[in-house]
Amino acid sequence: MSLNNQGRPTHVGEVGDSFRPTTFTGNRGLDMEEPLIFEFGRLDNTGVDLDEPESFESELGGHERTNELGLPGLAEPEAMRHYVRLSRNNYAIDSGLYPLGSCTMKHNPRLNEKMARLPGFGDIHPLQPASTVPGALELIDELAHWLMVTTGTSAVAMSPKAGAHGELCGMMAIKAAHTANGRKPEIVLVPESAHGTNPATAALLGYKVVAIDAKDDGTVDLDALKTTIAKHEGNIAGIMLTNPNTCGLFERDVMTIADLIHEAGGYFYCDGANFNAIVGKARPGDLGVDAMHINLHKTFSTPHGGGGPGSGPVVLSDRLAPYAPLPFIRKTDAGLELVETDAQTKGDEKPFGRMTAFHGQMGMYVRALSYMMSHGSDGLKQASEDAVLNANYVRVGLQDIMSLPFGERPCMHEVLFDDSFLKDTGVTTLDFAKAMIDEGYHPMTMYFPLVVHGAMLIEPTESESRAALDLFVATMRDLVLSAKRGETERFAGAPYLAPRRRLDETGAARKPILKWTEPAPAEVTPVAAE
Amino acid sequence: MRYLPLTDTDRADMLAKVGVDTIDELFADIPEKARLKGLVDLPRRASEMQVERQLSAMAAKNTPASSVPFFVGAGAYKHHVPATVDHLIQRSEFLTSYTPYQPEITQGTLHYLFEFQTQVARLTDMEVANASMYDGSTGTGEAVLMAHRVTKRKKAVLSGGLHPQYREVVEGLSNMADDQVVSLPADPTGTEDILAQIDDETSCVVVQSPSFYGQIIDLKPIAEKAHEKGALLIAVFTEVVSLGLIEAPGTQGADIVVGEGQSIGNGLNFGGPYVGLFATRQKYIRQMPGRLCGETVDAEGKRGFVLTLSTREQHIRRDKATSNICTNSGLCCLAFTIHMSLLGQKGLGKLARINHANAVSLKKQLAAVPGVEVLNKAYFNEFTVKLPKSANDVVEALAAKGILAGVPVSRLVPGKAELENLLVVAATEVNTDEDRAAFAAALKEVLA
Repeated sequence: MSLNNQGRPTHVGEVGDSFRPTTFTGNRGLDMEEPLIFEFGRLDNTGVDLDEPESFESELGGHERTNELGLPGLAEPEAMRHYVRLSRNNYAIDSGLYPLGSCTMKHNPRLNEKMARLPGFGDIHPLQPASTVPGALELIDELAHWLMVTTGTSAVAMSPKAGAHGELCGMMAIKAAHTANGRKPEIVLVPESAHGTNPATAALLGYKVVAIDAKDDGTVDLDALKTTIAKHEGNIAGIMLTNPNTCGLFERDVMTIADLIHEAGGYFYCDGANFNAIVGKARPGDLGVDAMHINLHKTFSTPHGGGGPGSGPVVLSDRLAPYAPLPFIRKTDAGLELVETDAQTKGDEKPFGRMTAFHGQMGMYVRALSYMMSHGSDGLKQASEDAVLNANYVRVGLQDIMSLPFGERPCMHEVLFDDSFLKDTGVTTLDFAKAMIDEGYHPMTMYFPLVVHGAMLIEPTESESRAALDLFVATMRDLVLSAKRGETERFAGAPYLAPRRRLDETGAARKPILKWTEPAPAEVTPVAAE
Repeated sequence: MRYLPLTDTDRADMLAKVGVDTIDELFADIPEKARLKGLVDLPRRASEMQVERQLSAMAAKNTPASSVPFFVGAGAYKHHVPATVDHLIQRSEFLTSYTPYQPEITQGTLHYLFEFQTQVARLTDMEVANASMYDGSTGTGEAVLMAHRVTKRKKAVLSGGLHPQYREVVEGLSNMADDQVVSLPADPTGTEDILAQIDDETSCVVVQSPSFYGQIIDLKPIAEKAHEKGALLIAVFTEVVSLGLIEAPGTQGADIVVGEGQSIGNGLNFGGPYVGLFATRQKYIRQMPGRLCGETVDAEGKRGFVLTLSTREQHIRRDKATSNICTNSGLCCLAFTIHMSLLGQKGLGKLARINHANAVSLKKQLAAVPGVEVLNKAYFNEFTVKLPKSANDVVEALAAKGILAGVPVSRLVPGKAELENLLVVAATEVNTDEDRAAFAAALKEVLA
């Protein structure tokens, strides 16, 4: 025997670089095609070792399940590989800039995850005796304190489960206050630039939604507001206003708007989705806000998790505070008391009811407090400033070749472009967004807000470095110039390089397939007898 | 600050490029009198070590479920979650992704949502399931609103076996929307006559099984009567593991099934985040709340998944939407899906049998304690005991002995003498023989 002393061949091969093999598996190197668990899992397998109980006698009263569940099981390595492979088909903040306007895709610190998993927070039951969870009450109270101080308010309803749930909570408090005052106004004013959740929330409570027009500069038209209020005199329940608004602009007249609404007997609900722009710079309580939800999953960095869970505590003005829902924590000389039922209420506490079972999103509270404590008063302010600076840096990097619907004025934490720069290019906002995917970016929010044509709302957040922004701006410029040069192919079929090409959403809605079903067995062609 | 990449040099250069001298010029739209001049009155920034120290000190004041014999249920359950689940849900690509509105680059999320919907439909024996609600209680509220849309009626009948806090959520929503609710009195024995409450104006009947008191309720006659009157049956559960062993609500004729999915994949977390399961019949899908994931193909004909039927949703329909829900429980769905994929029907069946066997064993031991009466004949892993004195006092006394014994009914429904001595007790696979023996022995001492 002789040693192989040639080593491993190191040349790059001789086939031209344009050749792309059609693979047997459909995989492309690290891009894996992955089936559904129902297609490869087996009904007689499981990845959890459990012993049958030593003795089993049924006290189910004859209610035993008789039909098969039809749920396949995976051994642990199969499950690990399946979900790891799936994860690789997702874009994420941790893998790239995620400029979704209004959604605030900022860095999610892992310290928060570690803290939320401390057994003293993650492994306690909402209904174990309150005497065994003083630290949990302390944490909720402490977060409430941070939220009240940063918003300049004196009460907060902690339990809403997400932003829209917080809106519902705030509007229920408003309705309860009106009812307590013997009033039954029917109208809620909502600017057209609002998130869809605002009108949906108002409608859920039986309110009639009346739209308020915007001025040419993208903010609320005060004259239109006055006219509308006059038209519905005595019938205004309140206004739902996002500030900074969804055009990325701070409503300069916000204090006047608050006064007008208050004079009309209504309350000012502020959608706090964009609070991240002004933390440490201004306090909604000082602006005349009566209720505002805070998306802990936006402003205070709890992870979006592919669409939740969120958390939407609602800060309340003194006028609405008595109506805050159950449960809440009361501070007494003896310590913190958990108030869960009407029977425990005192004084002017008049909770309107309950938003959810238990106490809200504790896991998110821990994460948000961990984030807020890490930043501190100085860091929170700096984060807002950096978010606004980053958005303006993107704005000035792009405003000469994209189109700003409201002129070259500073924006807050997000910058809104419309599609007029794409006019006559044959490229739409959607095409443009999909081409960004090929460049390795998640698209910005598009076609929202509804008040500008072909909206593109870019929110870089404070988590991006200057170098990352420079590359983003350069990429966007390249795309814009490419569109203007008429290179429509780059856009019309995009994305070309993602795990999937454009998906047929119309077909999906026309004939909804919402779960996996066993395919019909293939027809066997009879083989003719010889 | 460790989370902020910009340096002071960057900031100065960037301000110059933006064309302003100070950062405050960018905040000039904020009315002068509302601008904060200094810092808000909160502590300054803290290092990772400092934060960890402070939060750990708070956490250390609490008694974790794993540290004691633990029998607290009533809507949230202590189960063992495989280590794989928590590892996988912390993959950056799942944890730090947004709602999959760009399906080409979020097939990971959409793929598991499709698996989740299929699992939930099969568990409940229903035709379609959505991609989750916040939790079981808010899902129940949404189910009632959906039933009103379907039946064009406004009256909901709530069973006295429904979790009291679920009931409060439904009542709160209904009162605000001026809908009618008939709430039956607390029904610890599972013997109420709900059929008599269903009439031609009833939109839906809401029945929990196993009930808040652990009673397994026969849903079939209720479904029949509801359908006869043109109403829907909304079947609720708080313990999803029960579906591994007891007859599914869909099999019994439920029109909407809504439940809490926390038990699978998700920790106790002091009440949230959890995951609401929501399933219904195919014919009602356009009235469903929440996100739906559907199968389709891409431009090359490859299978893929998208969010679909979104014309029901608030971001399209605004004030005409079926719900205001936007964010749901994505990552909790993932935890559920992974844990359920590991279990499979084989593992879930075993898990359910262990839970039931442990409950049967605990019931026998508690029933043997003088003065204790068990109110359940049929139950899964939870039952109600009647004690000779205030359940609240007993729970506190047992907590002092290091045993977390269950939930006094009076904590949720105060001021009713007939409920004062009732205790809801849950047993799961985490309880050992020693735990149960310790509970029974301590109860005997406390009641002596």
